[in-house]
Amino acid sequence: MVRDALHIARKDLRIEWRTRITAFQVIPFAVVVIVLFGFALGPDPARLENAAPGVFWLAVLLASVLGVERSIAIELREGAFDGLRLAGFDPAGIFLGKLVALSAQLVALEVLLGVITAIVFQVSLASFWLLAVASVVATLGIVAVGLLYGVLLASSRVRETLLPLLFFPVIAPVLIAGSKTWQAAISQHVSAGLGWLELLAVFGVVYCSIGIVSFGPLMEDL
Amino acid sequence: MRSLGEQRTLADRIQRILGLSALAGMVATVWLGLFVTPPDQFMGDLVRLIYIHPPLAWVAFIAYGMNFLASLAYLWPRTRDLRWDQLAGSSAEVGVLFTGLTLVTGSIWGRPAWGTWWTWDPLLTTTALLFVLYLGYLALRRVPDDPELRARRSAIAALIAFLDVPIVYFAVLWWKSLHQAPTVLNPTTHKTYIHGSMAWTLLLGFIAFTITYAWMVMIRYRLGALEARVLETRITSALRERQLEGSHE
Amino acid sequence: MTDLARYARELGPALAPNMGRAMAEAIELRAAVAFSGSFPLLSGVNLSVEVGEVVHLSGANGAGKTSLLRVLVGLVPVSQGSISVLGYDLRADRRRVRREVDLLGHESFLYGDLDARENLAFWLGADHHSPSRVPSGVLEEAFMRVGLSERLSLTPVSKLSTGQRRRATLALLYARRRRLWLLDEPHAGLDADGREIVDDLIREASRSGTTVVFASHEIDHARTVATRSVVMVGGTIVAPVDGGLGDGDSDGA
Repeated sequence: MVRDALHIARKDLRIEWRTRITAFQVIPFAVVVIVLFGFALGPDPARLENAAPGVFWLAVLLASVLGVERSIAIELREGAFDGLRLAGFDPAGIFLGKLVALSAQLVALEVLLGVITAIVFQVSLASFWLLAVASVVATLGIVAVGLLYGVLLASSRVRETLLPLLFFPVIAPVLIAGSKTWQAAISQHVSAGLGWLELLAVFGVVYCSIGIVSFGPLMEDL
Repeated sequence: MRSLGEQRTLADRIQRILGLSALAGMVATVWLGLFVTPPDQFMGDLVRLIYIHPPLAWVAFIAYGMNFLASLAYLWPRTRDLRWDQLAGSSAEVGVLFTGLTLVTGSIWGRPAWGTWWTWDPLLTTTALLFVLYLGYLALRRVPDDPELRARRSAIAALIAFLDVPIVYFAVLWWKSLHQAPTVLNPTTHKTYIHGSMAWTLLLGFIAFTITYAWMVMIRYRLGALEARVLETRITSALRERQLEGSHE
Repeated sequence: MTDLARYARELGPALAPNMGRAMAEAIELRAAVAFSGSFPLLSGVNLSVEVGEVVHLSGANGAGKTSLLRVLVGLVPVSQGSISVLGYDLRADRRRVRREVDLLGHESFLYGDLDARENLAFWLGADHHSPSRVPSGVLEEAFMRVGLSERLSLTPVSKLSTGQRRRATLALLYARRRRLWLLDEPHAGLDADGREIVDDLIREASRSGTTVVFASHEIDHARTVATRSVVMVGGTIVAPVDGGLGDGDSDGA
């Protein structure tokens, strides 16, 4: 399973490297979202500082939907999903591989986005390690849910419209916990942040497990 | 060996009994709630919503729980049967209806009590999220497809949704807490807050709404079973048509 | 010995465990019915194919040729009847047979953003019994065999023409050397040269014990490579013709 996961992850990352879609399309989109929120919420620094955590995570979630959509679309073109089934890859490995690849891209995006949010919304971020760990853990959970719904809907014509509808309600706790972690980091109440980190970890574990177990059966229905 | 005609009557009879008891229960609850029980010291007549709002929420919870269990039953290879999927779907539909009603009654209650149509307290917010969550689930069920395929998809989606519920609840709970402590479940306030005829009416309310839930799910389930039967006949005739196509060369 | 031959040798022992089973029949279908939703793709197929045979599947569009091939590789479940491919009962488990069957479908299974080389390296790396880094000699030989120049093998697949993509997928088939080949319109999109290559590959495969079932409208080419021809109509096989190729007495086929 792990061998297959690495194989698939490498392939996904190589495709991204070739096309630079996340780099040149998704990241700019997320940046635009941040800036627009900045305009919408007005120049009052106190209000901006309050809003920064939520805005950051909203932008990340929007970018995640795009990322998941792309990750699935790659396999749907030219019937690669069929190819994956025929090649004999372990489905759990396929899930993990895509999870790792997409998460890596999103974490990179989050680092960049974090810096930009801090600048645009005029917040000072301390406790970087808390933010970093929270980022990674949250992203794994987000991508796990995204991939699950993505492959669930892969063969459906309404995938693009249904994916956000299904995805966002489930991911609400991550939005809450992520924002709270940022707040903890800003106000330097690290212990409070740890509680939220636990929630993110539970979320991640639950949905990664579901993914590992159900990716196989889900792929069979394509 | 019961004949088909007799079998149908049994289910009809159960359904009728459920329906009548539900009706009776509801009427009793409404009558007791509106006329017999006393108004609250602080909230006045508004407290009468307590006979509807918590029961609605309770039933919604049962509905989603049933949806989860039925979905699991479908996914488990040994008990795989499309009827579990049918049950899951019916339960979710009723659940969403009741969740919507919970939100509305909660909102109506909140307005005079807290001054706003909406508050971000844990229970109400979790309920709102549940509403959207299962609305999505229902949207997924409406995608036209092979019944087995749809059943598998829905079952996994149900899993994803239900496992999220506790996580959502705790997240929102830690996030903000405004809602009054659940009065009936909280033993210390039980004696001082709900007593006498109020307690009995509340209990009646829970029972009446639960029976109503069972009745609605049964109706929906049987409707779904009929739909499945229609689909089966269509499949058999399609098969026969295709075979005829073959023999004509 | 070429890199590819050595590579195939490595794969050989992995496939051997199943060699003992049902060697007489590579494929055995009895009254097989398969649905897609409520549409019957196969309405009762009886088919028996022996190891090493090359069977040509013909029939009008919509007759079920593609569906039959997809059923044989385990992508589509059979809901009635029995089906056995390479000794595997596909009604019990349709996943395990996939490691030993290769499908050449309408889609190329290639990632457009990667070049042919990277694609092959990726797909070949799936075989657990082979090293995850495929020796480049294997790739080179495969590309040479299908007539894909080095320059083309390094071009992103999305920039290749249909025929060139076909050749790339054929290279994958050639390198994977599985026991059963299911080809859906293998000649489609190829120039005369390419078609010759396909015929050669089929003949070579058959000689080395691979069973081949291919669907094609190209009767002429089919004649030269197939050991027998069957016709599909309405999701079932009619008039299986033995020996050479029949006079095609079904209309429109």
